[in-house]
Amino acid sequence: MEEGTRVIITVLGYDRIGIIYNISKILAETSVNILDINQTILQGFFTMVMVVDMARATVDVAELRRLLAGKGREMGMEITTQHEDIFNFMHRI
Amino acid sequence: MPFNLSKDEILETVRMVQAENLDIRTITMGINIQDCRGSSGQDTGRKIFDKIAFQARDLVRVGEHIEKEYGIPIINKRISVTPVAMVADGLSAAEMVIVARYLDRAAAEVGVNFLGGFSALVHKGYTRGDMALIEAIPESLAGTERVCSSVNVATTKAGINMDAVYDMGLVIKKTAALTADRDGVGCAKLVVFSNAAEDNPFMAGAFHGPGEPECTINIGISGPGVVANVVKSNPDGDLGELAHIIKNTAFKITRTGELVGRAASKKLGVPFGIIDLSLAPTPAIGDSVADILEAMGLQMVGAHGTTAALAMLNDAVKKGGAMASSYVGGLSGAFIPVSEDAGMINAVHKGALTLEKLEAMTCVCSVGLDMIAIPGDTPAEIISGIIADEAAIGMINRKTTAVRLIPAPGKAEGDWVEFGGLLGRAPVMRVNPQSPALFINRKGRIPAPIHSLNN
Repeated sequence: MEEGTRVIITVLGYDRIGIIYNISKILAETSVNILDINQTILQGFFTMVMVVDMARATVDVAELRRLLAGKGREMGMEITTQHEDIFNFMHRI
Repeated sequence: MPFNLSKDEILETVRMVQAENLDIRTITMGINIQDCRGSSGQDTGRKIFDKIAFQARDLVRVGEHIEKEYGIPIINKRISVTPVAMVADGLSAAEMVIVARYLDRAAAEVGVNFLGGFSALVHKGYTRGDMALIEAIPESLAGTERVCSSVNVATTKAGINMDAVYDMGLVIKKTAALTADRDGVGCAKLVVFSNAAEDNPFMAGAFHGPGEPECTINIGISGPGVVANVVKSNPDGDLGELAHIIKNTAFKITRTGELVGRAASKKLGVPFGIIDLSLAPTPAIGDSVADILEAMGLQMVGAHGTTAALAMLNDAVKKGGAMASSYVGGLSGAFIPVSEDAGMINAVHKGALTLEKLEAMTCVCSVGLDMIAIPGDTPAEIISGIIADEAAIGMINRKTTAVRLIPAPGKAEGDWVEFGGLLGRAPVMRVNPQSPALFINRKGRIPAPIHSLNN
């Protein structure tokens, strides 16, 4: 189970231009492949859940988390990066 | 690659970690040190040091790695060892103190903040090693930073060793006196148990029981904040519905512990022992068991109804948690330590929560009268009386109970003690001044209850 390379990125905050651009730029630069994006805007509030594959990534999860969180602070959004196993373990038996 | 999680599920998990203090409270490595007996305190201490330094060399590194990989905070990495009284039997009290110093150095060497197991199991009586260890407790706790001590004075099967109950009153007083400059903090590292759990990962009462394997990983989970929030978001549900929601939440929290436990066990090459399903609070705001009880509808914890609310909470946590893990053990119940729970501190300060109510609460949850500051001039026999009452609750109800009292030197009712960090701060509580001295001085052994005869 620890061998899995899929990571879930969540982005929460007020909508603005360039959110997806800024995040996908970091992902492209670190060779992280986007598998799925689910994004909604409710009354100006932006929520995005992204599933990515880190199999060929040039950074580890901790570094990716640091990069994304930094970009999140810059944009005034909260960005979390977590291993897929946490979600599977918690919600599926 | 099908991806089968809904967005709501993902956001729920993220919220638990980000906003509700979901964390793994402790990864505790239990290490057998029965093979470390040497010819002297020095020799035994050195062997124990070498074994811990070897076995736990990767514990902190692996813990931090898992924390980074999964993005789940792991607050403490700790170690428990075989009760030292068994390992060092035959050594003098002075030599036991030397062993404690080696334990302290071993904990520092591998980078853990607490190491438990300076312990003795004396529920039916003393060996010479037990006597030496108990005599060595005050000096050992005063002279070390990280060593935790526990003494099991009762079990349902053996009854209560009232000689030990008598002695522990004096030991607690002496420990407080030797650490008087720090509000008696030595006592915060000393637990007196009834029906102690051999695989408990939580300090200060953790030790690696004689029935345990060579080395094992036990996990203590947390998450009072997560439970408090689901309770708060259901202000209208009846108590059956509330129990159901808490159960579901406890399941999710425990699954996180299961994941971390399996990962730690695999990475360390050490068998996975148990998950302890306890709701362990910290002094942080929003990480409080008292908050949950108040969210259920009590004006303040300590109000009449508190025991019932706690019983329901404790049971729902167990039911949810038991389904989430293959191996559940340790203490497994809600903790109600006063100094480590902002809501409890508040209730004591406001006069809503008394020692007597806390005692009633310990009948329906783990683990006992925990981290309670009492006046420094409380006589030893009253402390022994409090221990005897808790031991009796544990013995009769076939459950673990414990006493961790701090008779804060120079402090009186209403004063505050400050321990700092995870140990928190607490107002000094009122103790019933009526003397149990004649009862305690009788000593002897209270026989095991009739329901221990279950063969």
